[in-house]
Amino acid sequence: MPSSAAPVSAIHSVSPPPSTAAPLKVNGLVKRFGQIVAVDGISLELRAGECFGLLGPNGAGKSTLIRAIVGRVIPDAGQISVFGFPAASTQARLGLGWVPQELALYPRLTARENLFAFGRYSGLKGAQLRDAIAWCLHWAALEDRANEVAGKLSGGMKRRLNMAAGLIHRPRLVLMDEPTVGVDPQSRNRIFEMIEALRQTGTTIIYTTHYMEEAERLCDRIAIVDHGRIIALDTRDGLVRGSFGDRSQVTAHVAGSPHAVAAWVKSHGGRLADGLAQTGAESIFSIAEFTVESPTQIAALLESASAAGLELVDLSLRRPNLESVFLHLTGRELRD
Amino acid sequence: MILSIARTALVALRRDRASLALSFVLPVAFFSIFAVIFGGQHNTTPRVTAIVVDQDQSQGSQQLVNALKQEGSLNVLTDHSSKGKSAEHEPYDAASAEAAVKAGDAPVALIIPKGFGAHPISFGPEHAGTSIQMLNDSSDPIAPQVVMGLLQKAAMTSMPEAMAQQGMDYSSQYVGGFTPEQKKRMEEGLADLRKELQTKKNEPAAAQASDDNGFAGIVRVDKRSVVGQAQNNNIISYYAAAIGVMFLLFTASGSAGSLLDEAESGALDRVLSSRVTMSTLLGGKLFYNTLLAFLQLVIMFLWGWAFFKLDFFAHIPGFIVMGICSSVAIAAFGILLASMCHTRAQLGAVSTLLILMMSAIGGSMFPRYLMPPAVQKAGLFTINAWAIEGFNKVFWYDQPLTSLWPQVSVLLAVALVLFLLARRIARRWEYA
Repeated sequence: MPSSAAPVSAIHSVSPPPSTAAPLKVNGLVKRFGQIVAVDGISLELRAGECFGLLGPNGAGKSTLIRAIVGRVIPDAGQISVFGFPAASTQARLGLGWVPQELALYPRLTARENLFAFGRYSGLKGAQLRDAIAWCLHWAALEDRANEVAGKLSGGMKRRLNMAAGLIHRPRLVLMDEPTVGVDPQSRNRIFEMIEALRQTGTTIIYTTHYMEEAERLCDRIAIVDHGRIIALDTRDGLVRGSFGDRSQVTAHVAGSPHAVAAWVKSHGGRLADGLAQTGAESIFSIAEFTVESPTQIAALLESASAAGLELVDLSLRRPNLESVFLHLTGRELRD
Repeated sequence: MILSIARTALVALRRDRASLALSFVLPVAFFSIFAVIFGGQHNTTPRVTAIVVDQDQSQGSQQLVNALKQEGSLNVLTDHSSKGKSAEHEPYDAASAEAAVKAGDAPVALIIPKGFGAHPISFGPEHAGTSIQMLNDSSDPIAPQVVMGLLQKAAMTSMPEAMAQQGMDYSSQYVGGFTPEQKKRMEEGLADLRKELQTKKNEPAAAQASDDNGFAGIVRVDKRSVVGQAQNNNIISYYAAAIGVMFLLFTASGSAGSLLDEAESGALDRVLSSRVTMSTLLGGKLFYNTLLAFLQLVIMFLWGWAFFKLDFFAHIPGFIVMGICSSVAIAAFGILLASMCHTRAQLGAVSTLLILMMSAIGGSMFPRYLMPPAVQKAGLFTINAWAIEGFNKVFWYDQPLTSLWPQVSVLLAVALVLFLLARRIARRWEYA
């Protein structure tokens, strides 16, 4: 496996010629399935070359939004334009690439044959297609497995081939729907390298994931979608500031009577995490979470715990991260 | 524990509609089809179509023709209109009757020659008796035997006075004649016989019931095959087409099932998000499945040529025409089934059920002429029947390409309709 993803500049593209139009504009998009409003008036605009994260709980409307952008869902209202062309138009299709969450491959075809098929479907042929296949195999580090049938590749290889098939025509806008699901850390790192190589060429990326650390690592801006709407859109730091300001999170492991623990947590505006922590064979602790404006508030927490007869076993202070923001905005209730 | 395992399997079966259909619907459907075809349920036997040409037009020959018409197991055609092909009542003659047998309109034709009424009996001095000509299609080995038996029966029951008259004439000629008294008694006997015959004509059921014991061979029949006699093992071509079409249907539906695999894996979504439209995609699948089906037919017929002396290379143009038309209809059928089903398992069950039923009544399992008329008509709603008929025209009847127009038209129309239906149903994959 090559140590880094291949450069992409030399590859031919069937994308429309570069224009000043935004890679993607979505305006007032609405999509209903019967009584369910899957997308409820989403508007957004992507900047050229950015990696745009799309986060949201299951059923939030992310997949419907993505499928509308690639022309597989007809909106009930609103407009989508890709490099200035309406979604589902031939120019829009050529300008964007889609890496679906499913392994959308022909399992009985080899990696090379899969790339050939999807390249032909995108309008590539001849030397252009051969060059594109060679680049894809190199980019996805599959050169030595090019003639192996897709169904027999490892999970990570299938994921990389799945990505390569979406990029065979070298689109300037790429939609990636959870491209790292079910892969080991090594493959995930390789996929990150592939994405970073793409970004260096100015490719605009929409990246959907449930892994917050991936969005933090890769995305310039992040939109959090829930109930068919964008409920927050900013950079990672902007989202944290918007949700928590300068506050920090305190997590305490505390032992004591359940009533005393509950009263102590309530008096400081905190919450009890689900479940109990257990250390050793005998001691069981409750986990409490608090938000503090400044670290000096921790002293007050300690004092009141002591006064209530509670034993603080462990206490940690951390700045909120994207996951904190996500849970803060979308809640902790199970969605499916 | 054993009960728990059985219960788990039962619950799984109850929720698997495909397996349920294969387990319970298919056997019942098949049983019903075979019961209808072989007459156990309706107590009917297939009627054999026979063209009868009466060149003699004597009283005896007309009586014979009328008796044949009254046979419940025979469908006697004396003119073109009775076949439904022409509004004109143009009677068959020897040439048109032979042409009709060659064209497959009827498996048997009987030509009653001039002078038959005067000498109907096959035995006697100088082996007198005028022969009835039987022209037959050797692809149907049963029809000539049925017609032969019924002809002898009809001769015995319809012309007893002619038989007796001729016997009397022979006696008079070779024994020295009868006395006036003997002649008078015999004339009276013949008059009674005619009267009795008239009574029986008015009661055909009773006549049939009482005359089952006639003896064979009373009239001389010269049998001549006008179709298939110069060819080797023509039944091989029948079964190459019949079995071929059935398995092509299975292959086509299985192959078209790749649509369902692609829909499940997400590959279909990806393909449709590229420059490929649903019409292009289905067109590509139709082309591939047609090619696959045609290749299967080529291999099947080549095998027949190599090992069963099938006269393949003398019929290449007809084979190509029928092969392509059959293949495209079968391919469209497979794509329609795939577009209607939601899972591979469902496709497997539905296609097995439909194809076996189509093959049973369409002639892929046994010839359609063995089936009751109603089932033969039902068979016309199957691809099998039209394809097999077309191949038979090519390989058995040696008919020119132009004669294939009904089969070609129907198969191409079926292909078009099925494909358009599939395209319509496939909209569910197109957009949400």
